[in-house]
This record gives sequence, C-alpha cells and structure tokens, in this order.
Amino acid sequence: MLSKTERVQVARELKKTKTVEKQKSSRSSSWIGWILPVVLIAIWQGSSSLGILPEYQLPAPTTVVEKTVEMAQDGTLWGHTWITMYRVILGFVLGVIGAVVIGSIVGTVKIVEQAVDPLIQAFRSIPSLAWVPLFILWMGIGEPSKVTLIAVGVFFPVYLNIVSGVQGVDRKLIEVGKMYGFSKFQMTKNVVLPAALPMFLVGIRSGLGLGWMFVVAAELMGASEGLGYLLVFGQNTYSPETVIASIVLFALLGKITDSLLKMLEYRALHWQDRYEYQR
Amino acid sequence: MLTINNVSRTFSDGAAGFMNVRFSAGTGEIIGILGTSGCGKSTLLRVLSGLDPAFEGEMTLLGKPHRTVSPEIGMIFQEPRLMPWLTVFDNVAFGLKATPDVKERVQQLLRIVQLEGFEGHYPKDLSGGMAQRVAIARALITKPNLLLLDEPFSALDAFTKMQLQDLLLDIWQERETTMVLVTHDIDEALYLCDRILILQGQPGTLYEEIRVNQKRPRVRSSEELAKQKAYILATLRLQKESK
Repeated sequence: MLSKTERVQVARELKKTKTVEKQKSSRSSSWIGWILPVVLIAIWQGSSSLGILPEYQLPAPTTVVEKTVEMAQDGTLWGHTWITMYRVILGFVLGVIGAVVIGSIVGTVKIVEQAVDPLIQAFRSIPSLAWVPLFILWMGIGEPSKVTLIAVGVFFPVYLNIVSGVQGVDRKLIEVGKMYGFSKFQMTKNVVLPAALPMFLVGIRSGLGLGWMFVVAAELMGASEGLGYLLVFGQNTYSPETVIASIVLFALLGKITDSLLKMLEYRALHWQDRYEYQR
Repeated sequence: MLTINNVSRTFSDGAAGFMNVRFSAGTGEIIGILGTSGCGKSTLLRVLSGLDPAFEGEMTLLGKPHRTVSPEIGMIFQEPRLMPWLTVFDNVAFGLKATPDVKERVQQLLRIVQLEGFEGHYPKDLSGGMAQRVAIARALITKPNLLLLDEPFSALDAFTKMQLQDLLLDIWQERETTMVLVTHDIDEALYLCDRILILQGQPGTLYEEIRVNQKRPRVRSSEELAKQKAYILATLRLQKESK
C-alpha cells in the first residue's frame, strides 16, 4: 500500500503526463484541418492557369494575393481593416454590456421578466437589417448608425443566453448558498453568475459571429471605408480580386476573433467535466 | 437544543409531506429519522434546516424560536453539491465570510476529512466519496452546533459508506455536534444513532421511537443491533400489512 502523500504525488504525476500527451496529440493532429483548404486552393489555382475559370469572374489565388499585397503596400488595406475591426469591437462591447445588464435583471427578477421579455422577444423577431433605414434616418450615415446596428445584432444572442443561463442555475446549488444566509448580491456573485458563465460564453461567441455579419450589412449600405466598402468598390470597378481579397480578410478576422473567444472560454471553463476535454 | 412541537408541512392537499411531528434533540445527540420513501423525511429535514419556512407548528433552536436558516446549522445533502468552478479549498471555504484564519480552518478540516493535498483539485477530478468528504468539510467550517444530514451516504458504495460513517463519528467525538440524520438504511441508523424515529404513512407521522443503547464504537455485526434491526423491519412490514 502506498502512503497518502505518495498516492497524491502519483495522482498528480499521472495528471501531468496526461495533459502533456493531450497537448502533443492535439498539436500533431492540427495539420489535418489544413489538407482540404490546401487541396481546394491547388485545384483553383490549377484550373485558373489552365484557363478553365475566366480571370474576370474568378481570378487565380495568386492574383488575389498580389492584390492584397498591393493594397497592404500602398497602405489602404490597414485603414479598411482597422475601421471594420473598430466598428465590430465597439458594437460588440456595447451589445454585450447591454445584454448582460438587461439579461441578468430579467433572469433574476420575475416581475421584470414578465414586463420586459415579451417586448424584447417581439423586437428580436424583426429582421435586424430592417433597422438599417431607420438608423440611417436617425443617426445619419456616419459611425453611430453602423455601431448601433452591430450592437443590436450582438445583443439578442447574448441576452437570450444570459437569461436562460441565469434561470437554469441548479436549485440545489442555490440552496447551498441559502444555508449560509447569502444575500441576493452574494448569491448572484458567488453562485448565479459563475454557474451561468458557460451559457454566457456561448452567447458572446454567437454574438460576435452576428457582429461580423452586421458590419458587412452596415458597410454595404453606405460607407467610404471598411472591408464591406471594399466589397462594393470591387463590384463597381469590375475587380473580383478585390472582392475575394476582402472576403478572405473577413474570414481571417472572424476566425481569429472567434479563436480568441474560444481560448477565453477554455480558460474560464477548465473546471467543466467536458467530453471535448477528454477526447 | 432542538425542539420541534407539532410541526406539519404537507403538499398536494395533505397527500405528501409530514404531520404533527414532535421530538427534541439534546446537545451531542445523534438522531436518526428512518422511513420508507415518500414519508416526508427529507421534507422534515428541509423544514429543520430553515430552507422551507412554510410549515405549521413551533420549533426552537438553542432556546430561541427557529424558522429560517441559521448559522448554527450545517447541512449535508444527499449529493455533494460542490460548486464545480471552485477548487476543493474554495469549496470548503465557501460559506465562510472573509476571516484572517480561513487558511488554517480549511487545512484543519481537510486534515479531518483526510483530503490533505487535494486543495487545488476541481470537483470533476474527485470520486463520489471524496466529493462527499469535501461537502462534510464545507458544512463544518462555520462550526455549526447542529448538523443535518439528508441521506448523505446513500449514493456511495458500501465500503466508502462505512468509512464515511466512521469519519462522521470521529467528528462527533471531537466536536460533540448534535446531528439529525435522515436515512433509509437501517444498518446506518443503528450504527450511528442514539435514537431512531420511524416515520410512517402519507403524509408521514411519527410512528415509533427506538433507543439504541449500545456503547460506541459499535460492532456492525453485533447481535444486539441485529435484534433491533429485526424489530425495525417487523415494524415497517407490520404497517404495510395493516393497510
């Protein structure tokens, strides 16, 4: 029989080796995700060079890269990327703040839920693009109308997830807090919010996705800068490589910001006993 | 230290819950509440804990009227109910207001429940028995005078169960905490308790009170306990036949 301290040590070491193995396997298998895109790009490049795809409709990947490098060198690319990022981040932050405040109150106070939630649900069923003309009428064609549109898009998924996260907190855990005479504030801080955190993180990830969708809508409607503007500009100047370059940039930025949130989620939720963490 | 007088709490028009229960517990006494499922024993414990203040009748705790939750009471539930996002250390310290000696108190309790070295683990890494030990430590950290246990070991395997029963007796010996233990395990009640109250019927009423006089440490297989077990079994079955 091992003594207790020995057993603890053994358990710890076992755990260490397990995580090391896990990291190794995830690192060595991450290249699998690259096969399909690389093959598709190769086919695309091949058929463009062979002239199967007409250059004026779908330019070769190399043309798109050339265009991107050209825009990067003359500096226009950074301005467009930066303004789009700025709009998404600002709208995202505002939408999340609004959803957290309203959602946590609606989730905890029954009477507020009954008074406010039906209206919010009604607003949710308005296709958010329908707001565009109204926002432009109210706030003009500048930044406020765009940021507001993005914030509206981000608000709903975050709000829905917060409300159901708060309402879905296990009664059994609440009772533990009650046994120690927790006040409403202590209960929210120590039990409700941590328990609702997984739902909240799901909400902000889908909120961010909508934020990227809405920034395109906002910039298509009328902008003189931004990746969305670049799309329209490419269309009007018969430059499909500009359009594809902006689409690729949207994909990259969306992926990067989502990965950041996913990392945050992993760090914040490492205590969960998830299937995903064991595979 | 705990007196309850004619306390009733019923649900669904008197078909569930319990009625007119009265008993008292002296300081340091271990009281078992035994009954088949549906006789309201868990409801009784919730009323005692203060989590369910909608009862009729009177309760006093340490000479004062008692209705809602109190720092004098520690509760151990059927499930560990640990906060999954907190480490073992933080789970044990969960109910403690910020005091300077948090660290020593948690360490001392982890020593008592034999979980030293597991401070940094999360509940997902614990076995059922370990998790329930953490729950015991968490209930003890506020130094309650009365410990309520709601079928605390019913989800554990037989060996872990016996270990934790002995652990509970060690704690009782050291702290002289009064305990009220709800269980459906006759052996457990006989091994741990000074008195066993049998609850019967729907809604449950107090049917019989059995005193276990054997000195501790008790021998699980002793003849005397076996006799009392036979008696309790007969009592429970008799009630069935007369129905």
